Amino acid sequence: MGEFFRVALAVAAKDLRVEHRSKTALVSAIAFAALVLVIFNFARDAAAVSREALAPSVLWITFSFSGVIALNRSFALERENAALDGLLLAPVSRSALFLGKYLANLAFVFTVEAVALPLFVLFFGVDLTGSLGGIVLTAVLATTGFVAVGTVFAAMTVRTRFAELMLPLLVLPFLLPPVIGAVQVTARLLAGRPLSEIAGWLRILGFYDLVFVTLCLLLFPPLMDE
Amino acid sequence: MLFADRLERRFGAARALRGVSLSVHAGECHLILGPNGAGKSTLLRLLAGLARPTAGSVTRPGGRRSIGLLSHQSQLYGDLTAVENLTFTARLYGVSDPGGQARARLAAVGLAERADEPVRGLSRGMVQRVAIARALLHGPNVLLLDEPFTGLDPQSSELTLGLLAAEQAAGQALVLVTHDAQEAWELATHAHLLVRGSWAFGGPREASLDGFLRRCREALHG
Amino acid sequence: MTETPAGRRATRRGLGIVALGLLGLAGVYVLALRYTPMERFQGLPQKIFYVHVPAAWSAMLAFSLVGIASALYLWLRDPRLDLFAESAAEVGLIFSMVMLTTGPLWGRPVWNTWWTWDARLTFTLILFFLFLGYRALRGALQDPGERARFSAVVGILGLVLVPFVHLTVYLFRTLHPQPIVLKPSSPSLPGEMLRTLLVSVGVYTVLLLGFVMTRYGLGAQARLEGGEDAR
Repeated sequence: MGEFFRVALAVAAKDLRVEHRSKTALVSAIAFAALVLVIFNFARDAAAVSREALAPSVLWITFSFSGVIALNRSFALERENAALDGLLLAPVSRSALFLGKYLANLAFVFTVEAVALPLFVLFFGVDLTGSLGGIVLTAVLATTGFVAVGTVFAAMTVRTRFAELMLPLLVLPFLLPPVIGAVQVTARLLAGRPLSEIAGWLRILGFYDLVFVTLCLLLFPPLMDE
Repeated sequence: MLFADRLERRFGAARALRGVSLSVHAGECHLILGPNGAGKSTLLRLLAGLARPTAGSVTRPGGRRSIGLLSHQSQLYGDLTAVENLTFTARLYGVSDPGGQARARLAAVGLAERADEPVRGLSRGMVQRVAIARALLHGPNVLLLDEPFTGLDPQSSELTLGLLAAEQAAGQALVLVTHDAQEAWELATHAHLLVRGSWAFGGPREASLDGFLRRCREALHG
Repeated sequence: MTETPAGRRATRRGLGIVALGLLGLAGVYVLALRYTPMERFQGLPQKIFYVHVPAAWSAMLAFSLVGIASALYLWLRDPRLDLFAESAAEVGLIFSMVMLTTGPLWGRPVWNTWWTWDARLTFTLILFFLFLGYRALRGALQDPGERARFSAVVGILGLVLVPFVHLTVYLFRTLHPQPIVLKPSSPSLPGEMLRTLLVSVGVYTVLLLGFVMTRYGLGAQARLEGGEDAR
């Protein structure tokens, strides 16, 4: 058991170290999120639709799309020199390898979201007092699920010619439940509703996470098993 | 050290390998030659454990950690330094003192001074040496090599040959897939020809390279 | 051009079942139009219900077949299971496309709108995208073993996703009530309507299985030829 986590952490640390070395991907992903927010500000009829009304949707589309874009790199870096073979050759559990990749992706996407959230507050004039904790919790719950599925799909699409198109095509249906739930929760939080009213949605998000993270951990070994 | 028994690899109707067996013992060096598409790389992947055979089995008495692989791609992360690459591999294999071992291995292939440079900036020959250091880091007793001399300048080829000879003398077993029998002929104890997924012939190496090449030509055009 | 006997047999049997199914479909039309009472509020257009519901059901059935075959493939690694999943996915894609295009074509004259986020249409739309993604991934991968493993994982994940989409979309809709279209207004279906519906579901299932079998047979032949060429 200890070895399982040791391997996962080694892989995650390696991924983050590679990312840290060039930082291009992280900066690009953050810039992407910022640009999406900017476009949303203008992509509406300001007289008819207030920023506040759109806010939850804008936040979640920004988060989810930036998240998906960020996932490709996690296996692209393994492809470069067939480094993935090196990982698969080692006498370690493939689920541990997946966990490492997944954790690194989570760290990456959380970082993007952590920068995008203040920008969102700034651009959309949203008041987060009282709801910040709830929004962060929702972000964690929603992101955890789709990053797991996205990591598995990234492992697959990196082998295809149009990875940048294939990955979103495959992942977006899986974004529906988390985004629907997250927007509902966010809208209520911003309107000052009590946490008890949204507990049901949070439970759904949590359940989604549990099911898909477990499933992805279980499916990764047969996926890699040539 | 490594035993393959009647390996078969197919998907549906298409067959890549059929009835391939191999026995590798300490200190032996098996050359595997064959035309493109013969299935050499597939065989190596099966021996390494990267792919599962459809039929037959591969036995590795020392477990998966007894195998090292040097393929024609380096399996290294270009943005990381040589030391960082090897330290990561050491951690993956649970080698104690990962950082120290990494440096030691790099020194053993003569790259102590370039150890802290990103791999991306190293020449092909140096990358090859880092890759060899990486493959040997966890102390395998069988080293699988996929065309290790391809794309190397003569100097690096010499160096690689020297490293491999030293390993072999120390008891390491080698399985070497190559296009060019001549390059590794002096190391070889056994030579095999793979044609369209099965052995055309193979066994202990004969004395004369020319004789062997003649047999190969006959097998391919016969 | 050689044909595998098993492939040819499957194609023949499949086509036979399809012929049967098409006859049944004609029967369903007759049944629905002549022998089923007219719905009080919606009139004639409501009858699309007897085609629409089974079509959505068939798409879901097809997707379940993909998911189950995918799981079995990952376990047993039998290429025939992969071929079966591929066949079911292709047929399911076509069924859902037909359902999604005929729905609006019927709905437009009656409700003055091309599209509604009706539960069945929405659900079939998601299935359509899952089928499409499955197919697109397969098309983008060359190695047959890789193609089989990867799409199997997509199939399994997709099947598990379906109940979650169902649940969240349903909850979304209860918060934003949309007109309930095409369903008879009474809470439980009167006997004759139920009968027609069940017959229709049966016919569509037969059609689905027939098409899948035919596609399977054709695929088996194509693979054999492809395999030989590759050598």
